[in-house]
Amino acid sequence: MQISEVVRGRFRNIRRGALGDTLFQWLTSLVAIGVVALLGVIAVVLLIAASASIQTFGPSFLTGMTWDSVADVYGAVPFVSGTLVTSALALLIGVPISLGVAIFLSELAPAKVRVPLTYVVELLAAVPSVVYGLWGIFVLAPAMANVIEPGLQGVLGFLPIFQGTPRGADKFAAGVILAIMIIPTISAVSREALRAVPQSQREAALSLGATRWESTRLAVLRYARAGIFGAIVLGLGRAVGETMAVTMMIGNWNGVSLSLLDPGQTIASLIANNFGEGGPVSLQKSALIELGLVLMLMSLVINVFARLMVSRVLRRGEGGAE
Amino acid sequence: MSTGAEEMAARRPRRSRRGVLWIAVGAIVVAAVILGAGALSGWFSSSAITLVGAGATFPDPLIRKWSSAYVTVTGVRVNYQAVGSGAGISQITAKTVDFAGSDAPLSATERAAAPGLLHIPETLGAVTAAYNLPGIPSGLNLTGDILVYMFLGSTSPSGITMWNDPSIAAVNPGVSLPAQAISVVHRSDGSGTTFVWTSYLHLANSAWNTSLVGKNPAWPVGIGAQGNAGVAGKILQTPYSIGYVELAYTVQNSMTVAKIENPAGNFVLPSLASTASAAAAAAPTLPTSDGDWSGVSILMAPGAGSYPVSSLTYLLVYKELNAIGPSMTQARAKALVDFIWWAVSAQCPTAPATCDGQSYSTALVYVPLPQSVVTLDEQGLRNVTFNGQTLRT
Repeated sequence: MQISEVVRGRFRNIRRGALGDTLFQWLTSLVAIGVVALLGVIAVVLLIAASASIQTFGPSFLTGMTWDSVADVYGAVPFVSGTLVTSALALLIGVPISLGVAIFLSELAPAKVRVPLTYVVELLAAVPSVVYGLWGIFVLAPAMANVIEPGLQGVLGFLPIFQGTPRGADKFAAGVILAIMIIPTISAVSREALRAVPQSQREAALSLGATRWESTRLAVLRYARAGIFGAIVLGLGRAVGETMAVTMMIGNWNGVSLSLLDPGQTIASLIANNFGEGGPVSLQKSALIELGLVLMLMSLVINVFARLMVSRVLRRGEGGAE
Repeated sequence: MSTGAEEMAARRPRRSRRGVLWIAVGAIVVAAVILGAGALSGWFSSSAITLVGAGATFPDPLIRKWSSAYVTVTGVRVNYQAVGSGAGISQITAKTVDFAGSDAPLSATERAAAPGLLHIPETLGAVTAAYNLPGIPSGLNLTGDILVYMFLGSTSPSGITMWNDPSIAAVNPGVSLPAQAISVVHRSDGSGTTFVWTSYLHLANSAWNTSLVGKNPAWPVGIGAQGNAGVAGKILQTPYSIGYVELAYTVQNSMTVAKIENPAGNFVLPSLASTASAAAAAAPTLPTSDGDWSGVSILMAPGAGSYPVSSLTYLLVYKELNAIGPSMTQARAKALVDFIWWAVSAQCPTAPATCDGQSYSTALVYVPLPQSVVTLDEQGLRNVTFNGQTLRT
């Protein structure tokens, strides 16, 4: 009798809410379509605004080495390369550390340490980037200029990528601040992936006589690699688009140089520096918007590539797991 | 019985939840009505005149001070948006503001796009060469040549990259210069300060060629930082660095600045006095407000005590104010001319509502306009008309 009461109550609610259901469905589909339409609108508006630059420079925009607002000649190479170099550096430094943190948190840490530490790592992922930038300017930049970069130069100074005077405002410093910013993201998401590995995997490996490291490497990391890869791509996405902290650390110089110790510029930092410039019809503004399109395309390519990789790894991973 | 109790238990929280929802919705609606009514009543009841301007960031602190002082004596509000000189010029050209501010005079093409704009110099600035050399106080002697080759750095065969370069030592006898690399700091955003500085470098030595003169040129070397404050911060933080910063910011941050050689051959510290001297020396060469200002500069002005990197900053207004369109009325036109008159003139104790603006300059580290420039401005303002009628005699 109780149950039937409950059921009847439920049905009553549904019947009463039939209109609500339809409405809800319409509303949610509208919102979903709206998001897609918004992306389309953004792309179209950017294309229109960038058309002056596209018409003037054509494909040579992507191979142009100079950004000169006096001569009104603009090229994307310094900024695309700056974005790629700093993001690659961030991954190079950030990924091993993040994986270490994730493995420690999910596999090794005693519960007493794990809970607060996990909380802190997740909290770090939520710190606004301008705060990282401030810390970078006041703490990291002097440390870079006085200790880390001269030290690196002492050991690796013969390499062309470590030439020049260390000043703490350069591509290397930007890469390091990016690494610090993406570590919480990558470790938090990879920890989730590791936690999702069934306990039976670990137990099976251990029962076969594997050491803790072997069981982590063979049974856990292998199983979770699609998730870990997703975490890395998420970190890369943050690094590529990061604006504020990079603008504060990279030295904002619109040239191309091989050395990591020279200042540079990423697409995002250039836009942040110059968006207020020029009239509504200036060629510079149009070129900036075209760079924005390039950045959007880069993110798109990274995402598509990541999806492909994840699905491939997953397919192979399933085979391997069995 | 048990059913009834169950039902009651099930319904009570739901009803109360719904009640909370209604209360919340009600509260939001009431708040919105109150806020809306407040905003609307403010909108409709304000019969006071508000003048709208936009442009250069350099005079922004002074204009804001003017605005707050002027509203208390006259009731006229002045709303100035510091969006940069270039954006200010495009807004006055599009006639979306009543006046604009610009650190650079209108170029020939800009003037053609907005015919009838007057240049009213409203204050003066100096761009300093600020440096961070541990142990060396303000007053290092530098020449235009030295600065040019410092800012060209390693990209020029005769570039100066070390502080103990013989050319720096030659003009600084007795100063022990460190054997350290020079870090050049420049602006990363487009700026009137950069325009003044690069124009000066070009005037000093044509090795700094015209393709490097502008609001945001392609810098040969150096670290970029945003805004005057950003450059000042970067210099303070980086030992052995040098950069260019507006005088007001170097004073606020107690930075060490160079004496720069002027055309008379003297090394001059940037100060309110040495900048005013440059303006006074250049005043006789200035055109009238409706003339062509595109070539005007008070860089490298004559005079034994003139600081060589000084510049005027301008308010731009239409000579015939009906050009603005229907938003401009006789009363607003009169208010605009009165405000600018008040802003550019020195204190007149008998009638603070008609002239006072320049007396606020010194406290904010702006240079008061020399009397000759004020006279020039007043002549220009007498020519401003609305529907053909002069507004001020």
